[in-house]
Amino acid sequence: MIIELGHYALVLALATTIIQCLLPLAGTLRNDRALMAVAPAAALAGFLLVLFSFCVLTFAYVVSDFSVVNVWENSHSLKPMIYKISGVWGNHEGSMMLWLLILAIFSALVAVFGSNLPERLRANVLAVQGLISTAFGLFILLTSNPFLRLSPAPAEGRDLNPVLQDIGLAIHPPLLYLGYVGFSLCFSFAIAALIDGRIDAAWARWVRPWALAAWSFLTAGIAMGSYWAYYELGWGGWWFWDPVENASFIPWLAGTALLHSAIVMEKREALKIWTVLLAILTFSMSLLGTFLVRSGVLTSVHAFATDPTRGIFILGILVFFIGGALSLFAFRATTLKAGGLFQPISREGALVLNNLILTTAAATVLTGTLYPLMLEAVTGEKISVGPPFFNLTFGLLMIPLLLAVPFGPLLAWKRGDLLAAGQRLFAAAGIGLTVAAIALYIERGGPIMAYFGIATGVYLIVGALTDLWLRAGIGKVAPSVAWRRFKGLPGSAFGTALAHLGVGVMLVGIVAVTAFETEHVVEMKPGMQVEAGGFVLTYDGMRSGQGPNYSEDSAHFTVARGGVAVTEIWSSKRMYTARRMPTTEAGIRTFGLSQLYVSLGDEMTGGGIVVRVWWKPMILCIWFGALIMMAGGTVSLCDRRLRVGAPQKARRMKPAVEAAE
Amino acid sequence: MTRKQKRLVVIGGGVAFLLAAVLLVMFAFSQSIAYFYVPGDLQTENVAPGTRIRLGGLVEAGSVRRGEGSTITFTVTDTLATVPVTYTGILPDLFREGQGVVAEGALGGDGLFVADTVLAKHDETYMPKDVADRLEAQGVQLSGKETIK
Repeated sequence: MIIELGHYALVLALATTIIQCLLPLAGTLRNDRALMAVAPAAALAGFLLVLFSFCVLTFAYVVSDFSVVNVWENSHSLKPMIYKISGVWGNHEGSMMLWLLILAIFSALVAVFGSNLPERLRANVLAVQGLISTAFGLFILLTSNPFLRLSPAPAEGRDLNPVLQDIGLAIHPPLLYLGYVGFSLCFSFAIAALIDGRIDAAWARWVRPWALAAWSFLTAGIAMGSYWAYYELGWGGWWFWDPVENASFIPWLAGTALLHSAIVMEKREALKIWTVLLAILTFSMSLLGTFLVRSGVLTSVHAFATDPTRGIFILGILVFFIGGALSLFAFRATTLKAGGLFQPISREGALVLNNLILTTAAATVLTGTLYPLMLEAVTGEKISVGPPFFNLTFGLLMIPLLLAVPFGPLLAWKRGDLLAAGQRLFAAAGIGLTVAAIALYIERGGPIMAYFGIATGVYLIVGALTDLWLRAGIGKVAPSVAWRRFKGLPGSAFGTALAHLGVGVMLVGIVAVTAFETEHVVEMKPGMQVEAGGFVLTYDGMRSGQGPNYSEDSAHFTVARGGVAVTEIWSSKRMYTARRMPTTEAGIRTFGLSQLYVSLGDEMTGGGIVVRVWWKPMILCIWFGALIMMAGGTVSLCDRRLRVGAPQKARRMKPAVEAAE
Repeated sequence: MTRKQKRLVVIGGGVAFLLAAVLLVMFAFSQSIAYFYVPGDLQTENVAPGTRIRLGGLVEAGSVRRGEGSTITFTVTDTLATVPVTYTGILPDLFREGQGVVAEGALGGDGLFVADTVLAKHDETYMPKDVADRLEAQGVQLSGKETIK
């Protein structure tokens, strides 16, 4: 009964989203305030209905109700509770429900916090959100209904894919979707602006916080996914340029560009049309990512089920939204007035360079991802485009961007002084080269490019701090004055510095682990030793154990340095009983920012076992860098001038904005 | 510089950058694309030794041999032809005899395929799509594809 209620709520939610789309649009067309006012109420109602429906599905998982097909296919009564709950979105139907829920959350947020938005803009934004929700609601109900029943109900479920039975599943998809779907709001804002043919700096002020929030979530989501793949798959890699990873990375690149162009638009009223286009493209890339991952055109751990009707349906959604938005853009973009002019060497110019490189990089990754699909569709030839392609193209494109990053904040708006900015970065470049030289002295060897990479990373870190240093006037004014100034700096200045610093930290990690990691694949018998990263690992033997829904063989290693045992590592292979599927649980020990990584291979006849041991120097910098970037986004978001829910201040500001027009 | 010249410089710079990126992408494509073959293709088509390719098919039952240390040899078959493969490293969890596999690497002069990457499927019902398509086209019955639905 409760399942049917959930199903019914989902149908009602679809009805509300249709209302949320049609009535406000009619309202803005006929200038009817009553119709426009329907939007927030419909958005809230739709959110509550989707939430209820989602909770019902979760309930079915929690109580292991195997009369629901979706639960039977993806759950098991012995599965730990945390995986029962996270398993809700560990399958196609459930993950689309999560998509819809997050879409509804964002609509509701606009309804609640958007009271300071102009009436027409809010109505249009919510209408477009309603349209997206309608499309995905229809998709779920018509092709991916999670509430279908099974009769008679089986006694036991088929369990969740063991690779997904991990805490990562509880964190990675929700964060990623918050990012993916968060960009829908920027899209809706862009479409609303195009419908009305009106756009100004205030528009950018409303869009930027949403873009920032979505970007921060997406950054965290991708980083979490990367770390999860790293420790769970047992391959020791943190990024594979897998099409599914690219599907999340392309919107991230576009979103990063959007974030920066929105600054130009807000501060200088320039790049209006470009910002609107980027907002459309970013969400289009999110939709494309959803299509690639969910349609089954790619085979991966993310392609839960391949049903051609689903692929065609999502392709339809994709074509409708991207095609519709771009057509609207083509018709209406000319009505948006182009904004202010600026010199090529200026803050605006630097941000244009940022946009040029980031969008080119996004296009490059997109090309590499889609080319095999295109070629197969056209000629039937099957090819794979792998890491060498992406490392070469993306890597080279990033070099000028990384070198330019610290210059951006040091250039003035309108007309900047490149030479002066360069002089201020002397210290950063010097410190970077010094650190690289010290690293060369310690490591003695390794590729020379790696040292330039490390120098660039340190230069980015110090360069990001240079901006704060100069703005506070440290060394130029009395320390107490400098401290006061430092405290008084706007949140967005700290946000920028943190985000750029995070890029540097991540670069150091990437370079260090790529250039200096060591890998040993050896057959070991108890008592044998292997050396990695200055540690000696001794293999002591195997032990068998039982988990709730798997059996496990664990190998024990003693880790010693200089003859003294410092720690131990357990590395294991599991066999999940319901699916008869083995997984590798790598043994990982952290030393500072570096890690020892041990994964097991096959057992050999004669008691030996194949062991793969990696020393991963500075690898944690990669994910810490991403977290620092995310923190930068969050700090920026807390800037009083940008805060999402600052109605009082905004209300006071609004007449001033209107007067200025 | 006049405003017009300035604009030209900016737009010219942007276009030059994009052009460089396009050339870079084309160069990278020419360097790093791996074509997909099944063993039968290697007999009919002339694939030069040393060319990076992906070889897909089924792991022939009883063909997996472990040599010294972590080097493994096995035979990939599409039921019409077979290719011997050697690989040093740890095989994926789901590598099994009689099941689908994709190996990436290059043919040696002696006809032995030296793989540096071996991919097996992610769960028990999934066969690498490229392999499944080609094998089905050759009329091979795939037991792994009968998923319960």
